[in-house]
Amino acid sequence: MEQKTKINAEDGKQELVITREFDLPLELLFTAYAESEIVEQWMGTKVLKLENKKHGSYQFETTDPKGNKHGFNGVIHEFVPNRKITRTFEMENAPFGVQLEFLEFEKLTDDTSKLNMHVIYESVAQRDQLLQLPFTQGINMAHNRIQNILSKLK
Amino acid sequence: MNLRRDVFQAIADPTRRAILLLVASQSMSAGAIASNFDTARPTVSKHLQILTECELLKQEQSGREIYYLINAKKMKEVADFIEPFRKMWDDRFNKLETIMKKYSRQSR
Repeated sequence: MEQKTKINAEDGKQELVITREFDLPLELLFTAYAESEIVEQWMGTKVLKLENKKHGSYQFETTDPKGNKHGFNGVIHEFVPNRKITRTFEMENAPFGVQLEFLEFEKLTDDTSKLNMHVIYESVAQRDQLLQLPFTQGINMAHNRIQNILSKLK
Repeated sequence: MNLRRDVFQAIADPTRRAILLLVASQSMSAGAIASNFDTARPTVSKHLQILTECELLKQEQSGREIYYLINAKKMKEVADFIEPFRKMWDDRFNKLETIMKKYSRQSR
């Protein structure tokens, strides 16, 4: 089966491209990015602020299983309904810097659409660190848990 | 359907990642592995079965006990570090798709 979500991250480059085809009309796909309540649902985050317009900004907050809150924010440079969003993205209190995102929305057929997400990082190292995050986080969490258990046994 | 044999499905679970981490340092029996978790033993057995089916773990008979050890070759495939990142986005986008399909039905 072909993968629906594709990532293209070439070695030694400070950018990557995420593409995805959706079984959704273009307008519906775009709505998922435009409406705060819907963003909250699929991103699994709380939307504190979402001003979808030029010079607008956004602020998200997620709560991890331990109850710690993590903030995300960015500014919106371009917001063209059903076509394009240009924005920055930053994880607060994390050493990953700011990334620049170009989101392009494309109609394929009346019922299908495509998202092209071009992300540019400050450096190659930052990009690679962020790419590894979901895996290393999982491993670290598991590791911490084992250490907790082991230390209780002592 | 052969989802169980999907390696990335296997490592998506925190308990299974913890098992891999445990066994990475030495081969262990199912009992020894289970004693590291507060989860019920049948649950741990299920995890071991999944990890074995997708070949991340190998079984070795030693006397009356079966020992589990890491399959280094398969683990290397997993180390392709982009996959978890892709999976994260894939999950998000799948969710988006499901939500918007419901949304369109409601608004019609």
